[in-house]
Amino acid sequence: MAGHTAALDSKTLWGGKISPFSTSYGKLMMWFFLVSDALTFGGLLIAYGFTRHDCLEAWPIGEETFNSMPFLGHGYPLVYVALMTFILIISSVTMVLAVEAGHRMDRKGVTKWMIATIIGGFFFVGSQAWEWYHFIHGSEFGKIELADGSVAIVKGHFGEIKNFTVTEAGNHHKKGDIIKEDLMHTFQHAAAAGHITNGIITLHDGAKASITKEKDHELTLIVKKSGKVNKASKAKRRITGAKAEKLYYEALYSGEANRVIYGANLKQNEYGPQQYAQFFFFITGFHGFHVFSGVVINIIICLGVVAGTYHKRGHYEMVEKTGLYWHFVDLVWVFVFTFFYLL
Amino acid sequence: MERDDLIEYSLDAHHSEEKGVEIRKKIYKVTILLTLVTIVEVVLGAVIKQDASIWPLVKWTFLALTILKAGYIVMVFMHLGDERKWLRYVILVPYFIFILYLIFIALWEATAIKSVLNFFS
Repeated sequence: MAGHTAALDSKTLWGGKISPFSTSYGKLMMWFFLVSDALTFGGLLIAYGFTRHDCLEAWPIGEETFNSMPFLGHGYPLVYVALMTFILIISSVTMVLAVEAGHRMDRKGVTKWMIATIIGGFFFVGSQAWEWYHFIHGSEFGKIELADGSVAIVKGHFGEIKNFTVTEAGNHHKKGDIIKEDLMHTFQHAAAAGHITNGIITLHDGAKASITKEKDHELTLIVKKSGKVNKASKAKRRITGAKAEKLYYEALYSGEANRVIYGANLKQNEYGPQQYAQFFFFITGFHGFHVFSGVVINIIICLGVVAGTYHKRGHYEMVEKTGLYWHFVDLVWVFVFTFFYLL
Repeated sequence: MERDDLIEYSLDAHHSEEKGVEIRKKIYKVTILLTLVTIVEVVLGAVIKQDASIWPLVKWTFLALTILKAGYIVMVFMHLGDERKWLRYVILVPYFIFILYLIFIALWEATAIKSVLNFFS
């Protein structure tokens, strides 16, 4: 120690021998980058909070918006996003195990856990793609503007459309034709464009057809914006049973365009105020892009591990640094999960 | 000029097999904790509706649990708990000062804007 002190003249001190906080340059810079990135995400989420706070319309509720599961359909509030969160947490754990193996110079261990992390990352990105697809595509009922000007979202099980029977010939379809293809798509397009009047759908070629459809189950309207009759107050906003069915189909089959909105884009969405979908796309998209770049970086570093680059160097600090980035991505998701899905 | 007197800090993180077993045990413990917290959050979110009278309490519980999760991720997974004390402060203190100020100012302004919008609508 005494010898050490003697060596610390001003030339060595200013010559860069000692690093601040006894931490290597690369790791320190990674931390500073993460702080700046955390400020970006913090700013985005606070902007979301700002918009939500000063919005006069009712904000969408996570458990009502995100309630579908792959292969299982609707009625599983938050289950899918919980699964996504779990996948990301587990991939964070495998990453920290890779870092730990690196500290023991266990090359095989590092490789194994890094591959697991990469697989977890791919699963998460894939889940997010599915989530986006579902968000953009929307529900079967959509959001509806009722006759009195109130706006409601709809819950329940949509009865399957069996066929369209052509009652009046058009350019392409003849009278008496029974159409069985692409029914849901055609139906939603026609409903949004106002081409369904009193249960009679006008097809692209001008033909008119009657709709054969199974009965809906448990149709519930939740009024989000008050109109002359239906109010969005806590006590009155849920409309169920025959009344809900009557109001919904009266509006859907009114023959007026833009009474119903299916899914989401940057101009309108069925879940709530338009800023909601914009923030959803931007924040989860920005996070998803972080995950994707994290996976790419992980793959590059994993190749370095396999090639033995870091083993020759004598330490696996590169794994630790990518690990920091990967954990950060998990950290951001914890907050996105809370603010977008839970609150 | 190549220097041979630079300190290689990266080697400080190396540890023995026995220490590794201990560290892994801690990692698994934190994993279970994070999973449990997530499950509790989802169950609360799915079961308790936002119209419920205890919703404000649930909301604050979510925030507290989120901070707890974030704390474990940063301190254990990102090893910030094992770094020098001052590194911890340099990273956390400026961040919290800025973000808390931003939250305060954003919510304050949003409240003001909302009252104006309400007035004119």
